[in-house]
Amino acid sequence: MTALVQHVASGVASGGIYGSLALAIVLIYRATGVINLAQGELATLSAFGCWTLVDHGWAFWPAFGATLALSFGGGVALHALLLQPLRNSPLLRSVLVTAGLALAVNGLDTWIWGGASRSFHGPFSASAVTAGGVALSKQDLGVAGVSLAAALVTGLLLVRTKLGLGLRAVVSPVEARFAGVRVGALAAVGWGLAAALGAVAGMLAAPSLQLDPNMMQRVLLYAFAAAALGGLLSPVGAVVGGIVLGVFLDLAGAYVHRIGGELRPATALAVLAGVLLLRPNGLLGGTAPERA
Amino acid sequence: MSLLELRDVHVRYGEIRALRGVTLSVELGDFVAILGANGAGKTTTLRAISGLVKTTGEVFLEGSKLFRRTPDGMARLGVAHVPEGRGTFTTLSVLDNLRLGAWTRRGTSTRDLAHVFELFPLLYERRERRAGTLSGGEQQMLAIGRVLMAKPILALLDEPSRGLEPVVVHELFEALRRINEGGTAIVLAEHKPALALGAARRAFVLENGRVAVGGDAADVRGHELLRVGPES
Repeated sequence: MTALVQHVASGVASGGIYGSLALAIVLIYRATGVINLAQGELATLSAFGCWTLVDHGWAFWPAFGATLALSFGGGVALHALLLQPLRNSPLLRSVLVTAGLALAVNGLDTWIWGGASRSFHGPFSASAVTAGGVALSKQDLGVAGVSLAAALVTGLLLVRTKLGLGLRAVVSPVEARFAGVRVGALAAVGWGLAAALGAVAGMLAAPSLQLDPNMMQRVLLYAFAAAALGGLLSPVGAVVGGIVLGVFLDLAGAYVHRIGGELRPATALAVLAGVLLLRPNGLLGGTAPERA
Repeated sequence: MSLLELRDVHVRYGEIRALRGVTLSVELGDFVAILGANGAGKTTTLRAISGLVKTTGEVFLEGSKLFRRTPDGMARLGVAHVPEGRGTFTTLSVLDNLRLGAWTRRGTSTRDLAHVFELFPLLYERRERRAGTLSGGEQQMLAIGRVLMAKPILALLDEPSRGLEPVVVHELFEALRRINEGGTAIVLAEHKPALALGAARRAFVLENGRVAVGGDAADVRGHELLRVGPES
């Protein structure tokens, strides 16, 4: 029983990271109709940025905050430079641009920081706290707490603010324009928010994965599976999908031979394919309105 | 000075000339019907005003020439456009749709919301439901509710009666009358002349992308172009 609770806690922690990145994917998909294939590489770039600040003597949390701000600005700038000029082109072109962006960012990381893995000391210790007779890793609890807090803040922004209403409206860009919404500006904000959420995922994942330019490639696959589980349009679904997937993969890895190791990405891929085939609107998602 | 003025406006869809020199004006607080057969240019006229299609010619709003028009820009200038098909946000709730109606204004006034719900009590009952789950008539009520929230100087409505039961149409036109009495000028593209001329003060009849006749609604009523069609 103790081991089960520990695996669930560990699954919630890794699921929180998948959920944060899945939420970033969903935000961009809702705002622009584009699946951002560079989301993982952008998260890695943010993690490298945070590592550099810490390496220059910054404490972790100020570096975390500065990285969020820089990532937000970077996301807005990327939208303005790469995506906005393609706003009247077929969506496939924008998706291909994000594929190119992923390669470019990966190359940039390798050029600046090299390809070797680096230790990234996060804010949470590897020691355990005991609750109800069960020893839980502070790292797992901290990662789960921060990623869920990021999701909660994003959710409140979407539901409680006028900016959030606009971000939810641009999923129907034609109707949004009729309402007077500046669709391009809000799509840029969506990219900024997504980049910041990706940064959260990257900075939380780096201590356990080791920082290298390819660090988030597997995590991106898990995030796609989580977003698909949530229906691609649902921010809540993305976070729930991430946690469900994280817990499922950890439990399966613990109790089914090999799945936790070599077959973990293949299992996530099977979940992704299964959801897309059997329940394309996900567990919580709705039908996407047509985009013009 | 007219509220809106179109001077010699042309629109082409490839080889097809959809508008061929349309000239018309809308006065402050006016209620204008745009009539004509299918393909005459009614929808294109509204789309030309909103900047949804490329035009040549001149468009003036409150005396100022508008050089580059976009739907969101026109909304911010106080021109609300309810396209055919209602233009509601199907994935959002009724309440969020109404809040988006007031997007170009500062904040959402509870008094305005109460006014919409007084006019359309059904919308209050369904305020938490997704707009996409509403019936056609309810979606049209929502679209007009959004116009009320926007408090525009000019509302463009494209075929609001299409596909609706007569009792719902009566309710909608009553709402349009009240919006107009509140000072909003209305331009209504409609395929049912009797219905539109019953509500409008002035009318323009289009034929093949040109204004064939325009004037007071009572004078236009007997025009030969309006005598055909089962729904007239």
